[in-house]
Formats: sequence, structure tokens, C-alpha cells
Amino acid sequence: MSENVLRLENVTMQFGGVVAVDNLSMEINRGEIVALIGPNGAGKTTAFNTITGVYEPTNGQVTFLGRPIVRNHPQGKMKKAYKGAEAEKYAHEPVLNPTPDKITKLGMARTFQNIRLWKTQTVFDNVLIAKHMLRTANVFAATFRLNRAEEAEQRREVAELLDIVGLSDVRNELATSLPYGKQRRLEIARALATKPKLLMLDEPAAGMNPQETDELTAFIARVRRDFDMTILLIEHHMDLVMDISDRIYVIDFGKLIAHGTPEEIQNDRRVIDAYLGVEEDA
Amino acid sequence: MKHMKREHLITAVILLAVLIGAFALDAALPSYHIAIKVVKKACVYSLVAVSMNLLNGFTGLFSLGQAGFMLLGAYSYAVLCIPVAKRAGVYQYFNGGVVQFSLPEVFAGILGGTVGPVVGMLCALLFGGLLTALCAYLIGLPVLRLKSDYLAIATLGFAEILRAFFQWNALGPLTNGSNLLKNYPDIGGAAAYILLAGVFIAVILLLVNSTYGRAFMAIRDDEVAAEAMGVNLAHHKRMAFIISSFFAGVGGGMLAMYMGTVQALSFKSAMTYEILLVVVMGGIGSVTGSVITSFLYIAGLEWLLRGLDSGTFLGVSSPIFKNGFRMAIVSVIIMIVVLFFRKGIMGDRELPDLFRRRTRVKKGGGAK
Repeated sequence: MSENVLRLENVTMQFGGVVAVDNLSMEINRGEIVALIGPNGAGKTTAFNTITGVYEPTNGQVTFLGRPIVRNHPQGKMKKAYKGAEAEKYAHEPVLNPTPDKITKLGMARTFQNIRLWKTQTVFDNVLIAKHMLRTANVFAATFRLNRAEEAEQRREVAELLDIVGLSDVRNELATSLPYGKQRRLEIARALATKPKLLMLDEPAAGMNPQETDELTAFIARVRRDFDMTILLIEHHMDLVMDISDRIYVIDFGKLIAHGTPEEIQNDRRVIDAYLGVEEDA
Repeated sequence: MKHMKREHLITAVILLAVLIGAFALDAALPSYHIAIKVVKKACVYSLVAVSMNLLNGFTGLFSLGQAGFMLLGAYSYAVLCIPVAKRAGVYQYFNGGVVQFSLPEVFAGILGGTVGPVVGMLCALLFGGLLTALCAYLIGLPVLRLKSDYLAIATLGFAEILRAFFQWNALGPLTNGSNLLKNYPDIGGAAAYILLAGVFIAVILLLVNSTYGRAFMAIRDDEVAAEAMGVNLAHHKRMAFIISSFFAGVGGGMLAMYMGTVQALSFKSAMTYEILLVVVMGGIGSVTGSVITSFLYIAGLEWLLRGLDSGTFLGVSSPIFKNGFRMAIVSVIIMIVVLFFRKGIMGDRELPDLFRRRTRVKKGGGAK
């Protein structure tokens, strides 16, 4: 049995009366590429955001490397309004609600659906800033350059990382001056710079043409191999998903409707009805 | 670092020339000459503008509390530096006040008459900075939860409250109520001011170019991404706020030195706006821009455009050159600058960027 990296149990996210994620449970093991798919508005990104601390889930627990990192149960007004399941399960355990930066520090790094690079910074600095969280120097030491060794080491690592992802030739360009595909790649490199154990990609192929998508597919596979990485991705490009995923979770209206290998998913009746669709006769 | 890059060499030469020029100015002109006054005041404004730029320009926190922080620094400096013998005269309504020592005199007793007073004055400046930083920490606890305009309004309100608070009669033994604090020493001439402001600005520059400075800029560019990449927002915003306030406090102390008298009444929000104007016109996110604009603004307002108020400007006399006309012209100049330099005079460039050869577009990340 391989080592468990991320486990979601009964995660429910309710906004007012809308249940965006409903009792979602899933798990990701070390070295896997797991995809989370579903139609638009199914709650994929919301699920992502509850894992990474952007949202506080209404109910449920997220465990990372065997340690609970996010946990909540319906409280206050939500107690009455709650429509999900397992309302009592976590009621007697302490609430855990760390900010995104704390979760990143635990070893989980993400990219964004709509690219969020730092616009005024160069390619190199974008990756270097991600190294900031690994610093040991305090602000005085950093200001008066007492952290030269650490800084040099970080710069060396960033240069190496840019080499690996194939962006060293544009290292001094502004991040936003890169073509779209390279910006995506840079965002992944930036996430890798935090030395994560789990990489979370939110629609990495969004807005890409087929050729760029193919390159990205190869790139993600290479990242897994070179960095011994575990990857969770949300994606709409079925070619990419079916190509590289080990397992797939499908959600619709916030609920898990299927889970299995790409072959199983492709032949699953419910998934075809809800999402993949069939070719209709004209 | 084997040899200095060309642009850094040119920058160093320019800075050295400015310093030598200031020494020459001190030697050639009497200390009350308008040129020296302009340089001194511009140095103070440079430091405060750069400190505001650190917060508004580099971290992206729109704060308008600068006048309040300067007030704290100015009062600290004045209260700690008035000679003991003159305290009875200054605090005439409050029985000589409660503070019965003077840092320059204390240090003169320890280190001798030449070095001692200077050390004492520097300590008073630093104390003012630290007090301001402490105050910023406390005010930051509730205020930094706010964003953009709301933060601006809250800090502006804080500065106004502070100004009223310092005029409170019950605090008279310390602050002299709404009366002037005066008779404290000045540290020196134009060169001393340039050195002092230069050292503090250099520290800010070092900070901006450190890993923390980069994190500040990441927060400015995209807060969500910064947080997702492990930058603790609350911690870093507080840090930027405190550091910026520290330097604003020191700048306030220097302003007190320059003016020779301190009165809470003069630290109005108009002063904050003046500094904000300098920051915006210089270029948000450019230390060089803030400094250059400070000098241009102060020189223009206090000296070169004076003629517009007093009847004769550049040898031309006109009946419309009377009180208030200067400010009308300044407004026009500001509008022209804003129209033609949308990102300020310097944009986000610094002095060395001006001398860089054209082929290299942006600062080299790796080879430092």
C-alpha cells in the first residue's frame, strides 16, 4: 500500500443555501497523478480552495501526510442552514483553519486557473520570491545582507529550476511578456520552488491550443518523474486528463459521481451522461 | 562581484558629486541661505517620501498616516533635545515640563563636547523612529485588516487624532500643549542632512532589494498569489507598516531639526498629501523618483517660483504675480507631469537603470 499524501473526508462547502461541494471524500497517494473533473460549476475549484485554505469548508476534514490540516463543522447560523451530511462527525474535534501560506509551508503548492504571476517581476524573480517562505534570515539579517550564503543558494536553486523547466533563456524578461504556454510553465516552476510534496494544478491547459496542450502534458509527466511529485489537477481537456492521470474523480453539482482509472471513467454511464456526453445523431 | 557594472559606477560618481556639492554649499554660503534651506528640507521630504513609497509603492498598502508618524518623531526629537537650561522658558506654562534632561547634553558629558551632542541628536532621532514604530504596531493591529481606501481613511483619521491629542493641555508637561517647542539644536548644514537622509534611504533600498522587499512587491502585484506561495500576508504587511513608520518618524525628527520649532498644529493632513504628491509624481515604486521629485518640488515651491508670488519672476514683472499665483502655477505643472508622465517621472526605474545599455531591459536577477 502506497503512502497516502492527501485525504479528504466528508468535505462540504456551503455558501448560504448553495452546497458547492457536497460530502466529497477522496485520497491521493504518493507519486500519483490524480485528476478532478466535472462540468462547469461542478465545484472543482471550490474543492481546491477548501484544501488550500482559501475557503474554510463548512464541514469535513482534510488530512495531509497523515496529519489533519483543515477541519470544520457547521457552526452558528450554518448549524440550522446546513444541508450536507455528517454534521455531527467533526463537532467535537477542534476546528483547523490555517491561512493559505501556512498550508503552502506544509508542502502543498498550487497554480491558478487564471494565471497569477507577479506582473512587475522578472521570470527569475517570480520563482525567487516563492523561495521566500524557505528563508531562515529575519528582516534585519536580510536587509544588512547577513544572509548572503542563503541568498546565493536560493539563486542557484532557482537558476537550476529554470534550467529544468526550460525557461533560463527568458529569465530576465518580465513574466507577463512571455507567451501563454510559458507563463503556465513558469507558474508551475514557481510552485515547485517552494519544494512541495503535492502539486495542485487548477486547469493548467485552460486556453491552450492543442500543440501547447501536448507540450504541457509531456511537461507534467516530466515534473512527476524528475521531482518525484504527487499531482492533483483540475482539467477540462479530456485528452490531457486521460493521458496522464492514474486515477480520476468526477464530480457533478458538488457530489462525487464516479472515481476510477481513465478507462473505467470513460465507460462509466453516469459520467457520460453528466459530462463526457455521447455523439448525437444529427 | 568582480568589477562594478558601468551603471553602478556612474551612480556612485553622481552620489559622490552631490555630497561634495553639499559640502561646498555649506562652505560657500551662510547657513540661513535659501539654497541650504532648500537642500535640508528636500532631504527631509526625500526620506519621508521614500518611507511612504515603501508602504504605498512597494507593498501596495495605501496609507495616509505619514503626517501623524512624523509628528511623533518630531516631538520625540524636540522633547529629548531641548537644553535643560532653556526648558523653563519653553515650558513656561507647565513649570518647565517633566523631562529634565537633554540627550545632546547627556552625551556631551560622556563623549565630550564635539561628538557627544551629535550622538545625542542621532539617538533622539532613532528614539523618535522607534516610538513611531511601536505606535504603528499598535495602530496596525486593527487597521491593517482593512484594504485600499478604507486603510487610507483609517490611517488618516489616526493622524488627525494624534494631532489633536498632542495639543491636549493635560499632556502639557510633556508636549507643551498647543505651544511651540523650540530652542533645541540642529545637527548641521546641507551635507549633514544629505548624509543622514542618505544613510536611512540606503537602508530602505537594501530592504527593498532583499528577499523581504521582493515579498512586499509580490503582495503588491498579487496578494492571492503571494499568500498561495507562502508569504504570510498579515505578518509582512505589519512589517512594512512598522518599518515605513520608523523612517517616517526619523524623517519627522529631521523636519523638527530643520524647522527649529515644533507645533502639532503644523502636521496637518495637507502635509501627508504633499508627500503623497511627491511619491506619485516621482513614480510609485521608485526610490530615485521620490528623491528627485522631493528636490524639484521643494526647490520650486520654496525658492525658484517665489517670484510668482512677489511680483517679479525671471525678470518679468506683472500685476498678476501676487500671493497665491505660485500655487496656481504649481497646480498646472502637476497636471502637466501627470498627463505626460503617467507613471511619474521615473516610473519604477532607479538611478542605475538610466545608465544601463539599452539591450538589457530589466534588472538581472541572477548575477548579483
